[in-house]
Amino acid sequence: MTPAVDIDPRALRAEFPIFTPVGDRAPLVYLDSAATSQKPTAVLDAMDRYYVETNANVHRGVYELADEATARFEAGRDSVARLVGATRDGTIFTKNASEAINLVAWSWGVRNLRPGDVVMVTEMEHHSGIVPWQIVAEITGAEVVFAPITGDGQLDLAWIEMTLRDAPVRILNVVHVSNVLGTINPVADIARMAHAHGAMILVDGSQSVPHMPVDFPDLDADFLAFTGHKMLGPTGIGVLVGRPEILDAMGPFLGGGEMISDVRTDGSDWAELPWKFEAGTPPIAEAVGLGAAADYLRHIGLDRIRAHERELVAYAFDALSEIDGLAIYGPRDPDLRGAPISFSLPDLHPHDIAQLVDRQRVCIRAGHHCAKPLMRTLGVTATARASGYLYNDSHDIDALVSALQAARSYFAR
Amino acid sequence: MGGLDDLYQELILDHYRRPRHRGELADPTISVDQNNPLCGDQLHITVRLDGERIAELAHSGDGCSISQASASMMSDVVVGHTTDEALEMIEHFRQVMHREAQADEDRIGDAIALEGVNKYPVRIKCALLSWMALKDGLLTRQADRQEGR
Ligand SMILES: Cc1ncc(COP(=O)(O)O)c(C=O)c1O
Repeated sequence: MTPAVDIDPRALRAEFPIFTPVGDRAPLVYLDSAATSQKPTAVLDAMDRYYVETNANVHRGVYELADEATARFEAGRDSVARLVGATRDGTIFTKNASEAINLVAWSWGVRNLRPGDVVMVTEMEHHSGIVPWQIVAEITGAEVVFAPITGDGQLDLAWIEMTLRDAPVRILNVVHVSNVLGTINPVADIARMAHAHGAMILVDGSQSVPHMPVDFPDLDADFLAFTGHKMLGPTGIGVLVGRPEILDAMGPFLGGGEMISDVRTDGSDWAELPWKFEAGTPPIAEAVGLGAAADYLRHIGLDRIRAHERELVAYAFDALSEIDGLAIYGPRDPDLRGAPISFSLPDLHPHDIAQLVDRQRVCIRAGHHCAKPLMRTLGVTATARASGYLYNDSHDIDALVSALQAARSYFAR
Repeated sequence: MGGLDDLYQELILDHYRRPRHRGELADPTISVDQNNPLCGDQLHITVRLDGERIAELAHSGDGCSISQASASMMSDVVVGHTTDEALEMIEHFRQVMHREAQADEDRIGDAIALEGVNKYPVRIKCALLSWMALKDGLLTRQADRQEGR
């Protein structure tokens, strides 16, 4: 499906206040959207308007203002659910993607995993998709195994299939798009394999939901976790999407107000979905902001964003390969990868690279990207990473390349 | 650009390109590993003591220019000193990084060139990595000796 109209990043940038020129400072070249995205006025205004016009606590007040606040909060949920084709009762607000994964690890994992059970994660998983399972494995006696990657940075599907067949795997935690390698994993195929062997699957959509069409029913997954701040929304809010029948059968995660239907001295009953998993006053303005972000993304079109980023990645590959000795990690084929591009230079440490390109106001990431097992597999301690989004264009890549070249000559002086 | 030239002084780049005391001692009195949780850099330090005097010290591992140069500068300055003197130097360097003291060349040698790092919060950890590793190693040994191990 080819999108009708191409994205115009220069024009879009006018809708993101952070790109407003400041005096004679060099323009901002922001290539770290995999860490967090910038925010459009539509999102900032929605949050502002919430506080200015309807601030009140949700689900509690009987007065009109509280109804209005609740309506905007729940409308945020509807917008997010619509973006990924989820049901509203299966769309739970959390603090971030990490908390969404922890929710499943604790609510489902602690109550269901037994000694000898296997939790499968992948070698390209973010720490958020590894550590919660390690904690829960320690409590339950389950074992965490890592699905390996192949030489070109893809998941070894044969290994996954074999392990599903031979080991008592209860759940898989698979990243949809790797925040380091950029690899787009065939999660729907993996979900089918998992289900054929009686295992569940949690897809970490932190790097996919902001960048490409993701339809929860199409994924055939049991859970989908993602985080607001990487998809034009605010920090402090994330999402767990789940199959309602599975969420319904799960015990609660955090306890407190909002998540109960009755509290007695001899025990309590839980609220209905999705509120059963939302203890305490939720991030209300953040939900409103995230709803606005979801609407904004739908308005632009995720298929157009994906097409734009695919071109950007292809352009970046060509441009970066002009730099002597620069090595790019992950798949070569732009069809197989999302926006993040990790690379290294033989004579410059990633920290120094990121520091030096900042002279030209080029913002890129350096470090292990919260993926230390993957770093070990790649045989490095750190990489540099440039990651674009809908507001980046080929000029940003050119700026990166020239800043990299300048960094190199600076160190060779 | 003045800012970055301050960070990447010639002396720092020189230690980075030609690190002193790089390697690993075969029969060390002290051996410590330290990693920078921020970037994953890993550092290994081995020390041979002659009584209470640091006779030899070697550092190995991966790191950015700042952490590598800092390890090289530290090695240069502590070798030949007693462990207590070395701990004082480390404390002085720590204070310089946290802007609690002006760098004193008599105490930390070439490492005074790293003073400019204290304007880059994230890089302070890189500069301190080797010093904290050595402090760790020296203090652990002192504690072990007090307990008679
Ligand atoms: C793939 C992936 N999963 C999970 C996360 C965690 O997101 P958050 O820190 O918002 O919980 C990130 C972001 O760093 C990520 O890239």
